[in-house]
Amino acid sequence: MEHEEARELLTAHVDGELRGREALDVARHVEGCAECAVESASLVALRRTVESTATRFRAPAALEHRVRAAVAPSSPGEAAASSAATRWRRLAAASAFATVVAVAWGIGLVLERPSANDLLAEEIVSSHVRSLLSYRTVDVASSDQHTVKPWFSGKVDYSPPVHDLTADGFPLEGGRVDYVDHRPVAALVYRRNQHTVNLYVLPALAGSEEAAPVAVSRQGFHLLRWVHRGMTYWAISDVEWPDLTLFRAALLARE
Amino acid sequence: MTEQTKAGRFREVVLVHLDAAYNLARWLSRSDTDAEDIVQDACLRALRSFDGFRGDSARPWLLAIVRNATYDWLRQNRKGAQEEPYDEEFHGGLDTVSFAAADTPGPEAKLERAELRRQIDDALARLPVAFREVVVLRDIEDLSYREIADVAQIPIGTVMSRLARGRRLLMTYLAQSKSGVRDGA
Repeated sequence: MEHEEARELLTAHVDGELRGREALDVARHVEGCAECAVESASLVALRRTVESTATRFRAPAALEHRVRAAVAPSSPGEAAASSAATRWRRLAAASAFATVVAVAWGIGLVLERPSANDLLAEEIVSSHVRSLLSYRTVDVASSDQHTVKPWFSGKVDYSPPVHDLTADGFPLEGGRVDYVDHRPVAALVYRRNQHTVNLYVLPALAGSEEAAPVAVSRQGFHLLRWVHRGMTYWAISDVEWPDLTLFRAALLARE
Repeated sequence: MTEQTKAGRFREVVLVHLDAAYNLARWLSRSDTDAEDIVQDACLRALRSFDGFRGDSARPWLLAIVRNATYDWLRQNRKGAQEEPYDEEFHGGLDTVSFAAADTPGPEAKLERAELRRQIDDALARLPVAFREVVVLRDIEDLSYREIADVAQIPIGTVMSRLARGRRLLMTYLAQSKSGVRDGA
C-alpha cells in the first residue's frame, strides 16, 4: 500500500474500523513506516485523551422534568402535535365508551385527564406487575377479612376497609404491603376466575371529595380509581372493564 | 399504541439517553440554555415519529433527531453564523495555559488535569461544527462509523475523512495552546 493511501486510513485504523484486506495492508505499512507509526501513536494518544478527559455534559434535572412533562400524554406539546381529526376521534371514542359503560352499569364514568395521578397510575401498574411476577402475591394469605384487616396494623399508618367478595365472584386471597407513592400502601388481592385483581387502598388527600370512578388503561391493564369515605382506591387487573366496575359496585355495597 | 402506552414506552426506550442527547446538543450549540431548548424540542419530535421507530438502537436514532433539531435551531436563532466565528468569551484564558508542570505529583497534578480538560474542551469547541460533531460522536459517545454516518446523514467515507481532518485540527489547536500561540490572537 502506498504511503499517502495508508496515511488517509490511519484514523480508521486506530479506531479499529478497517476490515479485511484494507486493515491488513495498513497495519503492514505502519510497521515499516516510521512517519505513519509516529502519527498512529499520537492519534491513539489523542483519542484516549479526548475519551477520558473531554467534558461529558449531563442533562440537568430541570430539563429531565421539562421533557417528562412535555411527553406526557395529551400534554400541551403533544396536543398541539396531534391533528384536530385525531382529537375528534379520541373524543368521540371516549364519549361513546363512557356512555356504554354508564348505561350498562349505572355509574358515572369520567375519562381521565392526565394529571399527577398519571405518575401514581404508572407506579400502581409496576407494583401490580411485580406482584404477578413474584412467587408470593400476598404477604398474608386469608379469605377472612377479620384476619387480613388486623394484619395491616403497624405495617401501614391507617386501617384499610377489608371485605371478602366471594359471594360476588371475587374471593379475597389476602393482603400485601407495597411501597407506592413514597409510602407503604395496603394492597388487597382478589381473584376473578383465573385473573388477579389488586386493590390499592390509601388515605385520600385531606379535603378530598367523594370522587366518581376514573378509568385508565396502561400496558394492557385496566385501572379504576375512586375516592370513598376518605380513602383513595385503585383497582387494577387484566379483567374486562365490566368485571372491574362490577368489582367496585360489590365493594361499595359492603361499605 | 394508545397515547398512554406510547408515552410509557417512549420513557423507557428514549429518555434513558437524555444525557447523550444533551451532551450532543451542548457540544454542537456550545450553550447550556440553548441545549436545553433544543433537547426538549428534539424529544417532542422523537415522540411524534416514535411510531416509525423500529429496532433497538434508540441512541443513534435519538441523536440523529437531536442533531437535526440543533441545526434547525442554529439556523433560526443564529442567522449567518453557520460558519461559527471563534468565540473569544467562550474560549477566554486559553493563552495562559502551559503543560510545563505536567509531571508534578499531588494537588498540583489534579490542577494540571483540570487544565488539560479545559484545553481539550476548548480545542474541541473551536473545531468547525462539521468536524466537532464526528469527534464528539466517536470519542465521547463512542458510536461506530456506521452509526455516525446514520446520525450525521453522510457516507461512511465522509465520516472517516472528517474524523481524520478533525483530529489533525485538534492536535494543531492543542499544540498552539501549549505554546501559547493561536491564530488570530
